[in-house]
Amino acid sequence: FSRCAAQQRHSVTATVSKMAGADGDDSLYPIAVLIDELRNEDVQLRLNSIKKLSTIALALGVERTRTELLPFLTDTIYDEDEVLLALAEQLGNFTMLVGGPEYVHCLLPPLESLATVEETVVRDKAVESLRKISQEHSPVDLEVHFEPLVKRLASGDWFTSRTSACGLFSVCYPRVSSTVKAEIRQHFRTLCSDDTPMVRRAAASKLGEFAKVLELDYVKSDIISLFTALASDEQDSVRLLAVEACVSIATLLPQEDLETLVMPTLRQAAEDKSWRVRYMVADKFSELQKAVGPEITKNDLVPAFQNLLKDCEAEVRAAAANKVKEFCENLPEDNREQIIMTHILPCVKELVSDTNQHVKSALASVIMGLSTILGKDNTIEHLLPLFLAQLKDECPEVRLNIISNLDCVNEVIGIRQLSQSLLPAIVELAEDAKWRVRLAIIEYMPLLAGQLGVEFFDEKLNTLCMAWLIDHVYAIREAATCNLMKLVEKFGAEWAQNTIVPKVLGMANDPNYLHRMTTLFCINALSEACGQEITTKQMLPVVLKMSNDQVANVRFNVAKSLQKIGPVLDSNALQTEVKPVLEKLATDTDMDVKYFAQEAISVLALA
Amino acid sequence: METTKLPPSSPSSPTTSFSVPSAEKVDGFPRRSMRRARQRRSHSSSQFRYQSSQVELTPLPLLKDAPVAELHDLFCKKLQQCCVLFDFLDCVADLKGKEIKRAALNELVESVATSRGVLIEPLYPEAIKMISVNIFRTLPPSENPEFDPEEDEPTLEASWPHLQLVYEFFLRFLESPDFQPSMAKRYVDQKFVLQLLELFDSEDPREREYLKTILHRVYGKLLGLRAYIRKQINNIFLRFIYETEHFNGVAELLEILGSIINGFALPLKAEHKQFLVRVLIPLHTAKSLSIFHAQLAYCVVQFMEKDATVTEYIIRGLLKYWPKTCTQKEVMFLGEIEEILDVIEPSQFIRVQEPLFKQIAACISSPHFQVAERALYFWNNEYILSLIEENCQVILPLVFATLYRVSKEHWNQTIVSLIYNVLKTFMEMNSKLFDDLTASYKVEKQKFTDATPLFSSVDSMNQFTKLITVNSSTT
Repeated sequence: FSRCAAQQRHSVTATVSKMAGADGDDSLYPIAVLIDELRNEDVQLRLNSIKKLSTIALALGVERTRTELLPFLTDTIYDEDEVLLALAEQLGNFTMLVGGPEYVHCLLPPLESLATVEETVVRDKAVESLRKISQEHSPVDLEVHFEPLVKRLASGDWFTSRTSACGLFSVCYPRVSSTVKAEIRQHFRTLCSDDTPMVRRAAASKLGEFAKVLELDYVKSDIISLFTALASDEQDSVRLLAVEACVSIATLLPQEDLETLVMPTLRQAAEDKSWRVRYMVADKFSELQKAVGPEITKNDLVPAFQNLLKDCEAEVRAAAANKVKEFCENLPEDNREQIIMTHILPCVKELVSDTNQHVKSALASVIMGLSTILGKDNTIEHLLPLFLAQLKDECPEVRLNIISNLDCVNEVIGIRQLSQSLLPAIVELAEDAKWRVRLAIIEYMPLLAGQLGVEFFDEKLNTLCMAWLIDHVYAIREAATCNLMKLVEKFGAEWAQNTIVPKVLGMANDPNYLHRMTTLFCINALSEACGQEITTKQMLPVVLKMSNDQVANVRFNVAKSLQKIGPVLDSNALQTEVKPVLEKLATDTDMDVKYFAQEAISVLALA
Repeated sequence: METTKLPPSSPSSPTTSFSVPSAEKVDGFPRRSMRRARQRRSHSSSQFRYQSSQVELTPLPLLKDAPVAELHDLFCKKLQQCCVLFDFLDCVADLKGKEIKRAALNELVESVATSRGVLIEPLYPEAIKMISVNIFRTLPPSENPEFDPEEDEPTLEASWPHLQLVYEFFLRFLESPDFQPSMAKRYVDQKFVLQLLELFDSEDPREREYLKTILHRVYGKLLGLRAYIRKQINNIFLRFIYETEHFNGVAELLEILGSIINGFALPLKAEHKQFLVRVLIPLHTAKSLSIFHAQLAYCVVQFMEKDATVTEYIIRGLLKYWPKTCTQKEVMFLGEIEEILDVIEPSQFIRVQEPLFKQIAACISSPHFQVAERALYFWNNEYILSLIEENCQVILPLVFATLYRVSKEHWNQTIVSLIYNVLKTFMEMNSKLFDDLTASYKVEKQKFTDATPLFSSVDSMNQFTKLITVNSSTT
């Protein structure tokens, strides 16, 4: 093999050198180098060269690409996986380079080999490319060249080729004659009961896709029996994939057939002894619900959903809890409220005090959405107590999820109903020992401020926002600065001038240089939102004064701040006040201060 | 912030990673769950769920007091009694029932282990049923999705007080002199074995230990299942390598295979060679290699000792999968190479020496001193040294430039002295070749660097030779 490959390589290189020589033209020389690098010992060089394969092909022309380059590439299949991956990807875009759709089948041999390698990534990429170029085959070529390849893969010795075949049936089925269609169906059937679970998994994962291209009669006769068999496979990793296929299959069938053809299997999956299968059902619940329609949802899915919400594995409960809102939203409107109130809400109530924090936080991320569905009265009577309980949950994630979804409730009952409980929850999160939790709550401040209004904010939350400015974690101070800017955008410059600017500027005299720097960072963030007047009259004097700070970090941040607020100032202030200070800083003893002062001078064009 | 989505990720779950593009592996579960358990239970079990209704147990008479005529009947009743499952997550629930079952199991173990003539045909289905009901269960999701077997404490099976006795009973049953494979094979069938194999994913090492011994006995006694067992182990490994990268029992299964390989008939069947090339060698790519590397290397060496012609496949396979960034794995690979070289046939050695010593030279120049050190230790192995000496003409030119350069550049003093030792060994092996290489290295070096060539005169070259002698005698 390798000798044959070597000859091939030699001939390709020779051709190019000859071409280059004959034309007395050196422009092909780089191509010769690239081809040479395809066989270099260094993987990186081979990889670079493979990535420029289209350039090589273009230079060789379609004829030589077909007769020389492709056979050569087919022989390099024994290379490193990384090179093969790049090759598999390239070949998917090679149609024009081999002479257009008429010759696209030339690309099949190398891709066929790539579709049989062990490494999943390479194989998947080869299948992706094969699927792509299958569309460029004429119907005749599809039957003459492509379909035989699929058959060869489907009956390969090693599981890898059979796995790849699973992904190719659906792309050729719609465009071949009925005899060939029958063969394809037969091959798919065989792979669904393959000996190795790897192949059955691949077949199960393509079942839905294949069902979509089949004629309805065959869906009923072929697909359903395969679906039923895979859904009761001895391995749970196969069974759970059948659940995914269930969604597509149910969508294809007319309503009256669902009960007999799909539902027995779906019911069985929802009660499977493996939690992984039940998890999959919970995870796909909204899709399943849409696929089977309102009647079956009412009769079958509601009890199934209740069971999943009460499952013995926390994983399953959490997956189901995540779907509570979507499930309720998609219930048929005529008796949606009744179903939720009598069947779903009792389960939800239990989940609020679940033993597992992930279940609770999954629920907390969607539970607020129920208020729009249930309306004001039900929300106040039934949901509010749950929200309040979750706001007091021991796990910060649960509280955060409630707070981050407050907007849903705000629309229905107004946030005031919650404010009594909200405040302690916010304060506690604001002082949480984990800085990531503090960071998360800061991010919701602008939203909360918008909903609670300026008065409530000034009274209760303003102190918190200012306290974050002197947090000992930089990320929090930074977020707090950004938060102030958003608040000013919301409440306006006048509010800023009265409430926050004095406090921010006061920090300029703090003994801790980190706090003094925070003043500068705040000014950077606020100057634009506050406008020229406040910036010039209140902020600028403070910044200028800080240019005499003992700490160099503060001084060079003064230079950076001046550069930042410069555009907000008028030219008079720039020339008379900013320029002298920057010039002085530009002669500072510290290198960094000099650097940033000079940068500011040039950016503000003060030189 | 942690998201609230909570995908399951248990050792056996068919999980895949977000970060790996191969993640579109068939099922779509992310491998790393984002959940982090706050209060960790150290016990887990999903066994009790399928208990339909709790039966109240009443103690039966003791087996040892039973009249011979009633012994089998009582034995059978006890087996049925032991089919009742208990909730062990609630440690105070039904203590009386638990105690009755425990005592019954103890008696059954004792009886099977000590008295003859107990195991009669009608008991086989009852015994296997009792075992199946107790041990076969879907393993619960892992408490710790980022479970690292080397660092973390495993989650232990909560129902172990009963489970252990059931396993013990199964083992005694298989080992009993009365055990009849011809009767057992009707109940211990392929489906049974498949479920048994899935249990190897248990996070509890105690359970895997029992399973290992039991599967070994099953393999030994039920000949009809052997091919099936091998095939299913193959599937588990392939899934582990190419799909989930997670299976707790790889080491245990390899340990069983180690002794199975020992018994393979010669010449090796194609099936067995395929297993070596397509399963055992690719297993080296696993991230968690360190957990089962010893067992894996043992299997590989077993293959070589069986049939020397597989040597080339093995070495070239290892070279193909040689770790590119993980130095810890590189050290393991070097260890395995040494084990292989220890038993390699000289004729096979010649076939692989070139690529092999290129890799060894690369390891010697590794900035990680453990890698370099592990590679240099090869020269302390007498058998390897004799192989090197026989093939000095080929090997020395492959490694010379590296040794020379690294002796000048390596930051670690131990490595430098080890290299001087190796250079000295080579000098003694073939001083003519050594001198030629030194000279040509010097020429090469000067071609590339005008500034301060390593050896600008014959003098400094003599100094180098002296240095080698001095340094090697001090180490």
